[in-house]
Amino acid sequence: MDLGPHAAFIWISYAAVTVTVTGLILWLIADGRKQAADLEALERQGVKRRSSSPGVR
Amino acid sequence: MQTLTQRLANPTRFMELSARLLPWISAGAVVLLAYGLYLAFFASPADYQQGETVRIMYIHVPCAWLSMMVYALIALSSFGLLVFRHPLADVSAKAAAPLGAAFTFLALLTGSLWGKPMWGTYWVWDARLTSVLILFFLYLGLIALRSALEDESAASKLTAILALVGVTILPIIKFSVDWWNTLHQPSTDFTSTVDPSMRLPLLVMAIAFTLLFFAMHLKAMRNEILRRRVKALRTQAVAGRDRLAAHGAE
Repeated sequence: MDLGPHAAFIWISYAAVTVTVTGLILWLIADGRKQAADLEALERQGVKRRSSSPGVR
Repeated sequence: MQTLTQRLANPTRFMELSARLLPWISAGAVVLLAYGLYLAFFASPADYQQGETVRIMYIHVPCAWLSMMVYALIALSSFGLLVFRHPLADVSAKAAAPLGAAFTFLALLTGSLWGKPMWGTYWVWDARLTSVLILFFLYLGLIALRSALEDESAASKLTAILALVGVTILPIIKFSVDWWNTLHQPSTDFTSTVDPSMRLPLLVMAIAFTLLFFAMHLKAMRNEILRRRVKALRTQAVAGRDRLAAHGAE
């Protein structure tokens, strides 16, 4: 694919969006796993939410 | 009869519904992104003036659109918190701020990379560019203010007030190209100023980015609800230990 004399500007733009959005998605997934693990650890210690219902995360 | 917002006021119900919606929204975003990228690179022509650099438009415009839409969502959520005390309003505002900052940063960056070959400069202090930069700083201000205050309730309220004051930037950004002489092009009228061969990829990419944002926002809201549950349980555990210690001392 020939993107002409300004190809570098186009590729850098798309790469920046890809890296930033992928980074956000990975951060959200990692954060979700951390919160779920922390919650599970607390519940294993016997600390339960008053309104907790089984299977709801 | 309960409205949708009233039904969603229960975080547990929101977690159930969002768990069901998230895979569908994510899948929709991925499919539309793939289709949009195909259209952007293989099924749309180069511009008669800008040449191939016009392809930056297919990511720049969706990022710029999201930078404003996300702020409007934060302002709406802040209004919901301050006026209706909706339990999820603050969760929504907090979850959206980093995402909005990221898309505003990308709008500025891709605009700058598009500007260099077309205008001959990466940056000019014109009304549109400067007002979007102020929007970016507003996002950073919201994030900084929230993390600077330990009292979560006070942080929520102060951040909501700042978000509502800052919403005045949105009409300034929108009409900056009409009110002042700017290097940035005037507002895009989808029906007349964009050729149909470029309108379709632009529209597909704009919808794909919007779905992508909503998928990330739902996930970030779910994370925030879990974080608050963890915090509440830790407080509960500490209070329980303190009660036991007090009984033991008696």
